[in-house]
Amino acid sequence: MSDITGNGKFLVGIYDDDDVVLKAVKEVKNAGVRIHEVYTPFPIHGLDIALGHPRSRLGIAAFMFGLSGTITALLLTAYTESFDWPMIVGGKDSYSPIIYVPVIFELTVLFSALGMVGTFLVSNNLGPTVKPLMYDLRTTDNKFAMAIDLDKNNLVENDIEQILRNSGAAEVNVKQF
Amino acid sequence: MASAHVLPSLDEQFEFTGESKRRLLIGVGVGVALVAIGSYLLASGVGEHTHEVAGAGDAAGEGHHYKWTTRLWANVWLNAIYFTGASVIGMFFMSYNYLAQAGWTAAFKRIPEALPAYLPYMCVVVLATFFFAGHDLFHWTNPGLYDTASPDYDPVIAGKSGFLNTPFYLIRVVLYFVLWYVLWRVLRGFSLQEDLYGGTSYYEKSIKYGTAFLVVFAVTSSTSAWDFVMSIDAHWFSTMFGWYTLASWHVTGLAVITLTVITLKERGYLQIVNDSHLQDLGKFMFAFSIFWTYVWFSQFMLIYYANIPEETIYYRERFSGYGGIYKAPFFINILLNFVFPFLVLMTRDSKRTYVILKLAAWGIIVGHYFDFYVNIMPGTVGEHGGFGPIEFGMILIFACGFMWSIASQLEKANLIPKNHPMLEESLHHDI
Repeated sequence: MSDITGNGKFLVGIYDDDDVVLKAVKEVKNAGVRIHEVYTPFPIHGLDIALGHPRSRLGIAAFMFGLSGTITALLLTAYTESFDWPMIVGGKDSYSPIIYVPVIFELTVLFSALGMVGTFLVSNNLGPTVKPLMYDLRTTDNKFAMAIDLDKNNLVENDIEQILRNSGAAEVNVKQF
Repeated sequence: MASAHVLPSLDEQFEFTGESKRRLLIGVGVGVALVAIGSYLLASGVGEHTHEVAGAGDAAGEGHHYKWTTRLWANVWLNAIYFTGASVIGMFFMSYNYLAQAGWTAAFKRIPEALPAYLPYMCVVVLATFFFAGHDLFHWTNPGLYDTASPDYDPVIAGKSGFLNTPFYLIRVVLYFVLWYVLWRVLRGFSLQEDLYGGTSYYEKSIKYGTAFLVVFAVTSSTSAWDFVMSIDAHWFSTMFGWYTLASWHVTGLAVITLTVITLKERGYLQIVNDSHLQDLGKFMFAFSIFWTYVWFSQFMLIYYANIPEETIYYRERFSGYGGIYKAPFFINILLNFVFPFLVLMTRDSKRTYVILKLAAWGIIVGHYFDFYVNIMPGTVGEHGGFGPIEFGMILIFACGFMWSIASQLEKANLIPKNHPMLEESLHHDI
């Protein structure tokens, strides 16, 4: 992720089971360790609540992208149909917004959809030249990884490793970015 | 979540208390009194437009001498169609949940299951209204329209006589109610037996019969919309009308289900229904309000754009016809059925707040009454329409009857389908 500080040294606990990792999140947090992020092959219900993540602002972003589409469509139809080249169709005024509701609707959907694709790429650090940070390749298959940023924790490495193992981690690796 | 694995008790018996019965009876009594007062006022000509403008000959009033009873019967018809829809949607909801093998609805499945019990009463009301007032409400029942020798001969309506004739009409209406009701009885029977004997065989059979209902309803929802509503304005037609009426009925039924679930929960029943269930019900209302708007607007925009006189007359009558008395209901319709639920139900928090959900559900229920009002009234009573004691009284009678019917069905079975194979999934519903 882009918010890596210091020397970017991480402890990565690998878990085999979604129930175990969910329980482990609570235990590790109770032991006073700050968790950077948990990576899973599939969504786990209640994980973001257990991690204490703030409510996602994706909805607000989607609304803003949609709104920009609506405004673009209003300006586009108004400019082309009543200013640039006024046309009378079906006996209506040259600008009758009701006729352009489909255009306005479609551009709203298009802008919010494309905007969300862009948001997805940016927020997940994906792109042609960007090298994504993988804490453990097996999280795309069948393993669950809990990443601990050592620079953001006061506990020493060995203590954290012990806490991770006690919480059910099958292995604990060090990852340096 | 799974941490506290203490399952709530699955034995819940709804009690239709004497107090509730008394209130509903008072409601019906007030309704009857209001209808009586309204009828008296209409019969003695109070509040009627006395100026009889010559040449007010709109399609509906043509060849008819207007009687005050027409408004009474139009109200009966309007409410009968509205509540027929709200009750049959219970069956529709059950069926598509079976077909999709959806699990989350199992916890409150008894509520949609209770709605269609009102159908036989509505069938009687619909048939009686057609029998007593068919000629006043439906211009197409006038035999002169089909007789080339008659001065009333109408080639447009005569061309539709293969479909719009009284025997075929009555067969269709009876068929709708029989098919809907019988298939519901089958599913209800399976559901009650499942409570006793358990197992998955009833669930699998329910999927088959639910799917059969969906096939039946795919056709009958459209044709019944033509018969019940669109044939009032027999000259006019819209190919979107079936979908439009289904959308209206569907979102009304969803609002009734949501409202019933919340009311039961507030009275201490259905504690297993959690915020996630309610949020999903809220999403359903939100989504299908938008779907209704989509169909409403598609129908409107095509007619507006094409500007063909025989089509635009439908909106002309509602927008500026009859002294503009339908203009307010026309806009209330859009505000209550689109703007209000769209803005109110958009956020996640609002769909988890009982007060807001109830407010939105009431808005939708009232709004779709106006939807049917705007579709039915101009073609039947025209300039004699309005909002008086008759309208309010009639809603009260039908609504209290509907609540009575739902409550007595809920009382007949355990409030939670305790042997439903999807119940475990529903108990852990978490979004």
